[in-house]
Amino acid sequence: MEGGHRMWERYSRQILFDGIGEEGQRKLQNKHVLIVGAGALGTGNAEVLTRSGVGRITIVDRDYVEISNLQRQQLYTERDAIDRIPKAIAAQKRLREINPNVEVNGKIIDVTVEEIDQLVSDVDLMIDATDNFDIRFLINDTAQKHRIPWIYGGCVSSYGLSFTIIPGETPCLSCLLETIPLGGATCDTVGVISPTVQMVVAYQTVEAMKILVEDFESVRRKLVSFDLWNNEQSTLDVSRLKKEGCPSCGESPVYPYLSYENQTKTAVLCGRNTVQIRPPKKIDRDLHALVKQLEKQGGTIEQNPFLVTYHYVDRRVVFFKDGRVLIHGMKDIVEAKKIYHQLLG
Amino acid sequence: MVLHVNGEKRELSNDIQTISDLLNHYKLTDKKIIVELNANIVDPSQHIETLIQDGDRVELVHFVGGG
Repeated sequence: MEGGHRMWERYSRQILFDGIGEEGQRKLQNKHVLIVGAGALGTGNAEVLTRSGVGRITIVDRDYVEISNLQRQQLYTERDAIDRIPKAIAAQKRLREINPNVEVNGKIIDVTVEEIDQLVSDVDLMIDATDNFDIRFLINDTAQKHRIPWIYGGCVSSYGLSFTIIPGETPCLSCLLETIPLGGATCDTVGVISPTVQMVVAYQTVEAMKILVEDFESVRRKLVSFDLWNNEQSTLDVSRLKKEGCPSCGESPVYPYLSYENQTKTAVLCGRNTVQIRPPKKIDRDLHALVKQLEKQGGTIEQNPFLVTYHYVDRRVVFFKDGRVLIHGMKDIVEAKKIYHQLLG
Repeated sequence: MVLHVNGEKRELSNDIQTISDLLNHYKLTDKKIIVELNANIVDPSQHIETLIQDGDRVELVHFVGGG
């Protein structure tokens, strides 16, 4: 730990800022933030909050760094992509370099009901940096159940939006959307430019700071959206959309997205032309034993401490220690399952 | 017809008479969207019958998943 003087020097410009001050800085240092996702929004949010001196940051992600991430995912380097380092690990390393006073924990996991319940046990705020609505509805129900504020962010092309959800006060995601939106444009179909990401990150992190220093009065209650290329912006008062009968935040909540039936076991990753398969039960895969087994089947194998990549005919299959398997080059879940069983029995 | 869409002045065809027409024009019909007309949120069930007029202020916010 740095001594008191240097510590304050590090944060001096932020302490000079009226909205934070010394008291705010102390509050920041006693808070724990969970960032769900370590892609573009996740790395942007994590860097700002790490530099600002939040006490603890947990950042979770299920994927590894690829070359197409580097244009906008600010914590990663070319080397991380070449070595296929899991994003949670690469982010953790860089964030600890930036500010060793923050307790940063990166976790390689695919967040489902089971994991999120453990993750939020002592969390003050959740930041949504995910790329799909299945997980956002899970975050939304968890936030309501445990009364934890969370900050939605989304972006594609030059368009982005953000909304801060405070249980008991604002409408929740279910109030605004009712059901999980299907389809729609993704970063992989229409692309995304870095300024869009940075703008959403700015909206999310400033809200995070307000919540962490407990200045709830200053929290932006409106839904904000913008299109940077077309010079449009909009703020919408959505308070009227809060529903008394909402299954997630209403008078008798049932938290529908926390029930087992609503969980996705197999997922096509956001436009990545990749299918993810999760074993029914969490396992700790022995990667050495796996490599020996795969060697018998031919093909080429690459390995780092976190995952094994297997090139098999024209497919690339990646095995994680937690049991998950990514099958690249396809969107067909049935075909992906076939390959999974062929390789693992 | 001139509308203020998300803060920007837009010259639009007079064929656009309702919120639904406007959403069609912007190809937003299949998206999760919140529409505000002159500072009032319009219930999605009313999009077809809600008329828009010259000078109206419309805010269109659609939800996207990327991140």
